[in-house]
Amino acid sequence: MRPVLYILSFLAVLASAFWAYRENYATQGQLKEIAALQDEIATLRENIALQRAEWAYLNRPARLRELATINFDRLGLLPMEPEQFGQLDQIAFPAPPVLIITGTVETMGSLNPSDGSQEQFP
Amino acid sequence: MIRTPLRPLARILDARLKGENPDVIEKENIAIRHEAMRDRDRTRAERRLFMLGFGFFMAFTVIGARMGTLAASEPTEPRASVGGTEITAQRADILDRQGRILATNMLTYSLYAQPHDMVDPVHAATELAAIFPEMDPGALERRFTDGRSFLWVRKVLSPEQMQRVHEIGDPGLYFGPREMRLYPNGNLAAHVLGGAAFGAEGVDSAEVIGTAGLEKELDARLRDPAQSSTPVTLSLDITLQANVEEVLATGMRMMNAKGAAAILMDVHNGEILSLASLPDFDPNDRPANPTEGEPADSPLFNRAVQGVYELGSTFKIFAAAQAMDLGLLNPETHVDTNGPMRWGKYRIAEWDNHNYGPTLSVTDIIAKSSNVGAAHIALMVGGARQRAFLGELGLLDAPKIELVEAANARALVPTNWSEIVTITASYGHGLSSSALNLAAAYATLANGGIKVTPTLLHGVKREPGRRVLSERAALDSVAMLRRVVTEGTATLADVPGYAVAGKTGTAEKPRKGGGYDSDKVINTFASIFPANDPKYVLIVTLDEPVETSGPKPRRTAGWTAVPVAAEIIRRIGPLMGLRPQVESSRLDGVTAVSAPKVED
Repeated sequence: MRPVLYILSFLAVLASAFWAYRENYATQGQLKEIAALQDEIATLRENIALQRAEWAYLNRPARLRELATINFDRLGLLPMEPEQFGQLDQIAFPAPPVLIITGTVETMGSLNPSDGSQEQFP
Repeated sequence: MIRTPLRPLARILDARLKGENPDVIEKENIAIRHEAMRDRDRTRAERRLFMLGFGFFMAFTVIGARMGTLAASEPTEPRASVGGTEITAQRADILDRQGRILATNMLTYSLYAQPHDMVDPVHAATELAAIFPEMDPGALERRFTDGRSFLWVRKVLSPEQMQRVHEIGDPGLYFGPREMRLYPNGNLAAHVLGGAAFGAEGVDSAEVIGTAGLEKELDARLRDPAQSSTPVTLSLDITLQANVEEVLATGMRMMNAKGAAAILMDVHNGEILSLASLPDFDPNDRPANPTEGEPADSPLFNRAVQGVYELGSTFKIFAAAQAMDLGLLNPETHVDTNGPMRWGKYRIAEWDNHNYGPTLSVTDIIAKSSNVGAAHIALMVGGARQRAFLGELGLLDAPKIELVEAANARALVPTNWSEIVTITASYGHGLSSSALNLAAAYATLANGGIKVTPTLLHGVKREPGRRVLSERAALDSVAMLRRVVTEGTATLADVPGYAVAGKTGTAEKPRKGGGYDSDKVINTFASIFPANDPKYVLIVTLDEPVETSGPKPRRTAGWTAVPVAAEIIRRIGPLMGLRPQVESSRLDGVTAVSAPKVED
């Protein structure tokens, strides 16, 4: 009985040592990966800052004005004028849809107007 | 376990035979047994104590060893921590009120050399001079070979230049990372932003410090590492600023002026939407401070804030407003305007020696801009009260705004406020103030008499100002200013739909030796719009303008600053979402008469 116990505990020590060894290297691997990711995040942040600066540079009013002038033929952009404000009722709304009648429509009604204008639509 | 009997039969029988007491034997055996039990208990207790002591010893050893390793090891950041909002830049960005970038940072490189690592200094010097035209190959070669171990070659490089330096391939040329301040909009709002430069420089980094304007005033905030990821949001609006600058530049050229300034301000919270001064400069490449000539002629000079001038007739409304506030007058009260007026040895005349006499209503004095009338109103108010009121409006101090230059733009105020000062101050002469002060004072009128303090920061909660003028007087003042535009000296400012109210001011420039230059004037137009519900104040100032479309040159503000201001309002009104209002025009004589009742 006792030798079996010794062998089992020895095996358990071996197994846990093997596990600890693997965990140690796995942790170090993860740390390296995190360091690489953080480097990448820092680079990307720098790039975002640069892109924002570039975007602001490309959108500077002086350049937009020049572009509007160069492309006047196509875009016809002019400064906004007070006269361009309009009322809502100046806008033409789309006409209400017209009923499209393809077949015949049968209607019935009484000729006597005194008993109330009864109309029946089938 | 075999127990030893207490009364072994052999000994008992033996003792009985000898006539001894057999109980003695039993007691003896009991004693022996007890002794054995005690021995056993003692060894067990000893073992337990030993185990306990050993446990404590190990525990303290572990704690001690841990403390020792902690004390002896190098402190390091935990590498596994999650990256949060780290410091991305050493200087916070500056944004406009809609979050568009006015100033940001860019990563670039500086170039330095360690000549003792260089392989071929002569070759490197010629190659560098080919890349950077401003460098002299001879001087560079001398500096590379005179035995020094370190030298800066260039502060910032573009990526293309960096690549070409790489291609020289000399191991003695090194690059140091640099964070550079970038103003992507170029000249836009140059005077507000000011500029930045490198402070203390090292190989791996250099500090960026503000050199002028807002960058210098808010330097501590912008460099604060705790706040470097939170940008500073200004009240400026890039779109408005660009339009104001464009119209102002055109106006300045058309009016042959040598300088111009404009301030657009929200009258309710004092936020400045646009602050322009021309000529301007590029803050990315800020020119050096001028060492000769008039400092006011330098493009670095901020005319809107630093320019301290006599502001002329724009001051007349303050005299009228105060007199109405004190209950001395109402808009229809008639005041003596018989000119020219004599006061001791001084002669107060109207512009072009007009005579608006004998009397005019207060409204007409403002509309026609009568110096004599304003002087009489000021004399009614009195010098002490006038000075106190102008002081409360902030016209006698340096402007308060987040620009480093503002503190030095102190208003020029005579120390002895005599009666002649009272008279001249009523029409804006004899004391000089900044255009920004004038904007704040007009905003106070437009804000119903509650003091407005200008600011360049957006969305900062501030204490509401003090009341310096009754609401009635403020409303009447704006109505009078509206009359100036509808039928007075500023009719060119009548932008349809925007109900502009305002006052012109023309002041001759003081000559160096004393006296005034009649053909060098400062034209100012201070306006409030829309007059029925004041929202914005716009000040336009032109320096030495002359309008030459007529038979003789015109130098009054009504012909120069006013049309420029009108065009600005026409352009920015729609951009600010102001819908033009159809005004109910004042009833004229015909329509004002009600139809007579037909009697039958």
